[in-house]
Amino acid sequence: MSIIVYLIPVALALGLLGLVAFIWSIRSGQFEDMDGPAYRILDDDNDHPA
Amino acid sequence: MTTAVSTAPGCPSGLAPASASQSKSGFAGFVRKSGDENALDLVVRGAKCGGCLSKIEKAVSGLPGVTAARLNLSNGRMRVRWTGPLSADRVAQTISDLGYGVAAQSDDRAALEKAREERALLISMGVAGFAAANIMLLSVSVWAGHGEMGEATRKTLHALSGVIALPVLLFSGRHFFRSAWSALRNGHANMDVPISLALSLAFGVSVFETLRGGEHAYFDAVVMLCFFLLIGRFLDARLRRQAHAAANALAAMQTSAVTRLGASGETRSVAASEIVPGDRILLAPGERAMVDIRIVSGISDVDESLVTGESVPRTYSQGMVLHAGAINVSAPVQGEALKVAEESLLSQIGDMLEAGEQRRSAYRRIADRAVSIYVPFVHATAALACIGWLVMGASIPDALMIAAATLIITCPCALALAAPVAQVVAAGHLFSNGIYLRSGDAFERLAEIDHIVFDKTGTLTLGIPKLDRIEVDGQSFPLESAEARECLADAARLARVSHHPLSRALVAVAGPGQAQEDVQEVAGRGLEADIDEEVWRLGSAAWIGADADAPVAGPVLWLARGSAPHVRFVFVDDVQPGALGALDTLRAGGIDMEIMSGDQAGAVAPLAGRLAIEDWTAGASPQEKVSRLEALRAQGRKVLMVGDGLNDAGALSLAHASLAPGAAIDITQSASDAVYSGGLEAIPLILRVANRTRNVMRQNFALAALYNVIAVPIAVTGHVTPLVAAIAMSLSSIIVTLNAIRLRIES
Repeated sequence: MSIIVYLIPVALALGLLGLVAFIWSIRSGQFEDMDGPAYRILDDDNDHPA
Repeated sequence: MTTAVSTAPGCPSGLAPASASQSKSGFAGFVRKSGDENALDLVVRGAKCGGCLSKIEKAVSGLPGVTAARLNLSNGRMRVRWTGPLSADRVAQTISDLGYGVAAQSDDRAALEKAREERALLISMGVAGFAAANIMLLSVSVWAGHGEMGEATRKTLHALSGVIALPVLLFSGRHFFRSAWSALRNGHANMDVPISLALSLAFGVSVFETLRGGEHAYFDAVVMLCFFLLIGRFLDARLRRQAHAAANALAAMQTSAVTRLGASGETRSVAASEIVPGDRILLAPGERAMVDIRIVSGISDVDESLVTGESVPRTYSQGMVLHAGAINVSAPVQGEALKVAEESLLSQIGDMLEAGEQRRSAYRRIADRAVSIYVPFVHATAALACIGWLVMGASIPDALMIAAATLIITCPCALALAAPVAQVVAAGHLFSNGIYLRSGDAFERLAEIDHIVFDKTGTLTLGIPKLDRIEVDGQSFPLESAEARECLADAARLARVSHHPLSRALVAVAGPGQAQEDVQEVAGRGLEADIDEEVWRLGSAAWIGADADAPVAGPVLWLARGSAPHVRFVFVDDVQPGALGALDTLRAGGIDMEIMSGDQAGAVAPLAGRLAIEDWTAGASPQEKVSRLEALRAQGRKVLMVGDGLNDAGALSLAHASLAPGAAIDITQSASDAVYSGGLEAIPLILRVANRTRNVMRQNFALAALYNVIAVPIAVTGHVTPLVAAIAMSLSSIIVTLNAIRLRIES
């Protein structure tokens, strides 16, 4: 059972990674436009990110 | 493969109608400069699909010097950056020429504040969600290991849970603690008081239990409570921000620049907000007055349909005061600004708005009523349970534990989600139908409506005159006949140079063609030009010297061509398409209707007859509209006011609920609960959705109450374990959420 000494921190670290990614995505404005990016990917002319 | 870009105006998918291309000016006042880079924030209306996105961004990016052009499809905001001499007007013109509505967006501090609040709530919710999932992982092991797990292992798992829960409590819980504290400081209790109490008591008891090596710790419940409550808060904040942004975008469509005259007569285009009293302003034909002005020089016809409801323009001359919202029609005038733009309303309308706001904020929402019952009930139950167990000989920690369990299990999760989820789902449904809601509690007021008061011009009617028939010597010709076409073509030659609504209506029927040169426009009278050595005149009966016998309903124009017989053009203000059907639906729903118009009786009576509305008032002043609403309120009627004019603003804010069409001016929109685009069909839809939303909200509160009836006895008798609390809490929240989502499925 001593394996949980490693597993619990690993599980927490993974969860924390997800949380950090979530907070980063909010702060970088990825939730500002929920409709546009779905269409932008279809636009071949726009190769460079605006 | 390259994407083909449509050249037809407007949305290539046909999801929104194209706007007519207008000449755009005055955007220079909204440009922000940093170094040599210019930035302009715009609101684009009518962009709905990927085609719009690429069409607009490509056209703007193609302008010289543009470094970035990015359109946000969700809210229609567009930010353009450029270097070099490109004019802001050209950017706006480019978008307008593509068939989209465009307006400048000035800094909106309230919107920024709301966006920041929403983001803070979302991050808090994310943190609470992360912690809830991880603590649950540990808690499930404790529950599963019940009876088998050693005390040391359990203590470790509890301690670990506590370590995860503490930062969450402090970070995510700060929203509740702060709000509870400010409420308590003001001497009253809100929903956040029992929440804060439950959070801190449950956390404290759990820490104590963990140290003691006890079996039950409520860390999972603390964090889950935070998580569920923050979902409700977040949805509520997002709804309010969306409503605010939608109203703002509509308002931005109407703000425009003002031409200010300098001391030496030079003109400068500035944002309306920069105007101070005493500034000299030039109002060109076709322009809308953004501030109240006193006319210093010039004489012109002015279209006041948004200010007074009058459908025919009036003549203004030197010394007269022109109110904001009026459109100058015939000749340029110079005026002196009397007030700044924000105050530029009839002051009495401002006062009425305030009175209405106060009355409306006094409205008790279902949620408020539920909380006012809930808060004392929960506090009393928890306190009684604690005292009861102490009296029966339980130890202080055990009694406190039961009180904490009571507070947790009666947690207002379901209560906190009951209203916001239903409102978000319903508002989303209305939004996709072009209806912008300005407040969430409007649903409850809209659901109670039993009487509707309509404004006429622009609400029941299109607000734009339409040519009805042409008469020569008392004989009427259909518009398609050769005689009529000829008269029309002649009149249009004069009318093409004029901004007068009747001239525009003539030209709309006549179609494109040649405009006559050297046409004189005389305010209040008409147009005049010399054609083939003859004097041609288009205007009032007095202007051409005709006998104004046989009065008709609706405005008329006369045409005199030298010695040829006089021609009379008769106009009507057409009923909104779909109005009859919409009114029939409302009538079938048992709702009384009446018309209160500022227009003359001759214009109101035939319309009322056509729409089969028996109750109508003509020539009503803003005060009369307000006093009529007061009278209806005194009779206990729940009145819905629908209007678009400045003269309706007071009445709109005073009514139980109010709606404004999308074409209304901003002050009217901000006085109303919802803004609809499209026809009157929106009104029955809004009322139907409001009714269903209210029902779902009531069901949700009933479910939450039912849940408490079952849960409280279990808690008070001391049978609640953390496992029971976790299941009960999630189950009640999920049930109310699913019930609210039913609204979407049914529609």
